[in-house]
Amino acid sequence: MAHATVDHDVHHDHEEKAAYWEGGREAFKASYGKLMMWYFLLSDAFTFAGFLIAYGTLRFSMPTWPVPDFVFQAFPTFGVIPEAWAHHMPLVFVSMMTLILIISSVTMVRAVQEGQQNNKRGVVFWMLLTVLGGAAFLGCQAWEWTTLIKGENVSITRNPFGRHEVNGTYTVDTHGEAYKEGVKAEKFEKGHGYLLHAQTDHVTHQPVLDENGEPKFIHRSFVTDKGEKGELSFGPKAFGALFFFITGFHGFHVFSGVAFLLIIMLNVASGLYERRNNHYEMVEKIGLYWHFVDLVWVFVFLVFYLL
Amino acid sequence: MVSYEEGLKTVKQGFILLCIVTAVEVLIALLGNGHIIPGFTLPKLIMYPVMIGFSLYKAYYIVYNFMHMAHEMKGMAMSVLMPMLLLVWGVIAFFQEGGAWGARRAQIEKFNAKTVKPAAPKPASTSDNTKQLPVKNS
Repeated sequence: MAHATVDHDVHHDHEEKAAYWEGGREAFKASYGKLMMWYFLLSDAFTFAGFLIAYGTLRFSMPTWPVPDFVFQAFPTFGVIPEAWAHHMPLVFVSMMTLILIISSVTMVRAVQEGQQNNKRGVVFWMLLTVLGGAAFLGCQAWEWTTLIKGENVSITRNPFGRHEVNGTYTVDTHGEAYKEGVKAEKFEKGHGYLLHAQTDHVTHQPVLDENGEPKFIHRSFVTDKGEKGELSFGPKAFGALFFFITGFHGFHVFSGVAFLLIIMLNVASGLYERRNNHYEMVEKIGLYWHFVDLVWVFVFLVFYLL
Repeated sequence: MVSYEEGLKTVKQGFILLCIVTAVEVLIALLGNGHIIPGFTLPKLIMYPVMIGFSLYKAYYIVYNFMHMAHEMKGMAMSVLMPMLLLVWGVIAFFQEGGAWGARRAQIEKFNAKTVKPAAPKPASTSDNTKQLPVKNS
């Protein structure tokens, strides 16, 4: 009897294997679209990892590197916050950006859940909130970039942010001129960040440009505690390029995500996925992508702002 | 498949957890760099591993709970996650390389600044010099 059962099983197994080639069976019991989204995200993870590893490699190869909590300490005044505070709020703005992305990730999970309940209105509502979150994040990034490019003169080939390698005292004031009477000479500490300011015209308050149309920078001179003379120099050039390319690549992902979310949201509203009757699988797929964008930000945030 | 109510609980729990972990990371960064208590800093050797650990935990949480990797088949999860292990070697190899460049930067710059007297030009018509390109305008 036992023998017969085994025989039957083998036969059944054979039939089942033959049936694999007839299609209609899902590998890993996940739909083709979802699987391919996962493998796309895997390849995208490698791209981002490549960028972030390049950042680490270049940073390790430099004797000095800008201080993140010094570089990223500006916050919009919104017309109410005093300038002195708004200029010294380290990491507050980027933490807010992170919060926005976390919230939009949570609203995306809600949209997917409502899709599994076949609640069309719920899906549209939560997707709309997700789109708003993504747009808010992009707005924040635009402000951050504007501050760095227009306010602090960072570009992909120029980086005025540096880090003090020794303790010392500045021998001139912030305008590069001799201290006014009664002003105490400013000291600086090893490990602290500095920013080279561009020269501004006394009358027009516009930046002074050199013959190539580049702003002229004030390289404050100083004396170290050991008595050596020196002047502030530009920070590692690679910083600007790495920052704009990596956060830009992430921002481009957010932008594409917002575009796709909008398209899929309109399709949901039109009843397209309702007719497909597959529990809004398309919403689930764009959800995977959107969470991945949040996931990448976890590491961009770690590498650029925390470490 | 998770029930709708369970799903709602996961969302609430996930939101609170991600916010708290991020807040702790930022607090460590600010405290460690002396922004909260003046004059008090933490050694980077403590700050960095803690912050990297928290970030990896956030990544795990997002993948397993928000992206529902926990409900996928194990083989599928492994086919996505295992290739990521290649990055471990990527990190080790490239950071080693970067460190080596960093350690030799002074030496590299010294060599870059060196001026070398150009070698005397070779006679043009030696028999073994057949591959030489024709010289224009000279």
